[in-house]
Amino acid sequence: MEPTGIFRAAWLAYRRDLLLAFRHWGQVAQPLIFFGIVATLFPLALGPQLAELREIAGGTLWVAALLASLLGVELLFRADHTDGTLEQLLISGQPLALLVLAKGLAHWTVCGLPLVLLAPLVAAGLGAPPAANGTVMLSLALGTGILSALGAIGSALTLGLRRGSLLLGLLVLPLAMPALIFGARAIDLAIHGDGARGPLLLLSAMLVLSVTLAPPAAAAALRISAE
Amino acid sequence: MNDILDMGRYGAFVWPCFALAAIVLAWNVVAARRLHAAARQQALRRAAARAAS
Amino acid sequence: MNWTWFHKLASPPHAYRIAARLVPWFAWPAGALIVAGLYGGLVLAPADYQQGDAFRIVYVHAPSAWLSMFVYATMAVAAAIGLVWRIKLAHAVAAASAPVGASFTFLALATGAIWGKPMWGTWWVWDARLTSELILLFLYAGVMALRASIDDRDRADRAAAVLAVVGVVNLPIIHYSVYWWNTLHQPATLTKFGKPSMSGDMLWPLLLMLLGFTLYYGAVLLIRLRAEILKRERDAAWLTTELAR
Repeated sequence: MEPTGIFRAAWLAYRRDLLLAFRHWGQVAQPLIFFGIVATLFPLALGPQLAELREIAGGTLWVAALLASLLGVELLFRADHTDGTLEQLLISGQPLALLVLAKGLAHWTVCGLPLVLLAPLVAAGLGAPPAANGTVMLSLALGTGILSALGAIGSALTLGLRRGSLLLGLLVLPLAMPALIFGARAIDLAIHGDGARGPLLLLSAMLVLSVTLAPPAAAAALRISAE
Repeated sequence: MNDILDMGRYGAFVWPCFALAAIVLAWNVVAARRLHAAARQQALRRAAARAAS
Repeated sequence: MNWTWFHKLASPPHAYRIAARLVPWFAWPAGALIVAGLYGGLVLAPADYQQGDAFRIVYVHAPSAWLSMFVYATMAVAAAIGLVWRIKLAHAVAAASAPVGASFTFLALATGAIWGKPMWGTWWVWDARLTSELILLFLYAGVMALRASIDDRDRADRAAAVLAVVGVVNLPIIHYSVYWWNTLHQPATLTKFGKPSMSGDMLWPLLLMLLGFTLYYGAVLLIRLRAEILKRERDAAWLTTELAR
């Protein structure tokens, strides 16, 4: 029997994670609901005036997305760690970084993409004009991608630790601050009718950087955690 | 001397800064030496326990 | 060229002894430089034309900020060496450095905030440099928390090392982003009280303080390193003979 090629292995990993996610809808929906809840906290805390909410809509959307992604990123390795699949991946002989990339992509498809699609609804609730929706979705798409990448490193490092989720936030959030700065700025510009190309391009650059560098780092972290 | 203490009306800001710096510098040395002493104690105790057994 | 002396540095008993001998060579010069710098900065240097005597805070603020970043870089380099070449002592250096760096980050923030009160009127401003220092403090906290949460020392060392390296790669990105964010939102009046333009007789005490603080870190690191070695090599044979000396 021929050994499995690396791209086929990556595809299999991607497909498996997707299938598993579809079987556990509840787990996947939780970050999404969390996103909605956090976004709702802000009008409740600050007052219902849409004009005021519009001024902070960019930041609110991004903070809510950040926290929701943090919640969701634990799904990346935890199940595999518990049932032993992770060890199989480690000894499979396939390049671990590529498998991590595939798993990360599956995770984004299941956690990040729905959040991006839900965002215009939440944005409207915060007073953002429909014209800004394109930028809202693009900014959050790039952002959730960056967060999946950074989150992969964080969850690989904190695998199996007690209070790991709290630690995960402590580790990942500072690293995500640059993305937050530019992502929220992009949405704010769009809400005020200005072009958001600058911040969006920088966000894209950050995405490329994180997607390239995070899988090897996460792979190294996995080997360290799984021993 | 009063000029130095006063720091041109900014004394209340300048001196706390230097005091904080002194505290941090002192703390680092004290903590480092205490850690070393404690580690040394521990190591001696363990060596003694091993020799006894 | 005989490299034995270099390879021997990776040996814990050797490093333990050498560190003991090196401490005075760092500590005494550090003390002298800091005292000289303090005298030069507090007594000799003239008051700044814009900030008056308040600018003298720079003589502790700038060295702490410098040290906060220098120590992080050292920690990350040590972490990388530990990961790549699997030298346990490198991880010990990283572990020893983290609390020291964090304390100076805190000092930079505190002195920066106190300096801000007479200059900007409030105890805290989201100034680019202060915000960057704050994020650096979070990065330190992360590394220390991660190391503390893992019981197995080897795994703790290597996980913290990966995090330190990831952090150091992010540092320039964080600095640039925060700077951009700040210039975007900063009202014009704040820019007036940036770093004072330094004349020669204001500058030399600062350089002395910078060097003094750096050597001070060397001394503290060596002492902490000895403590780390003792902790890690608790049951090693060489320890019994060494401690009997």
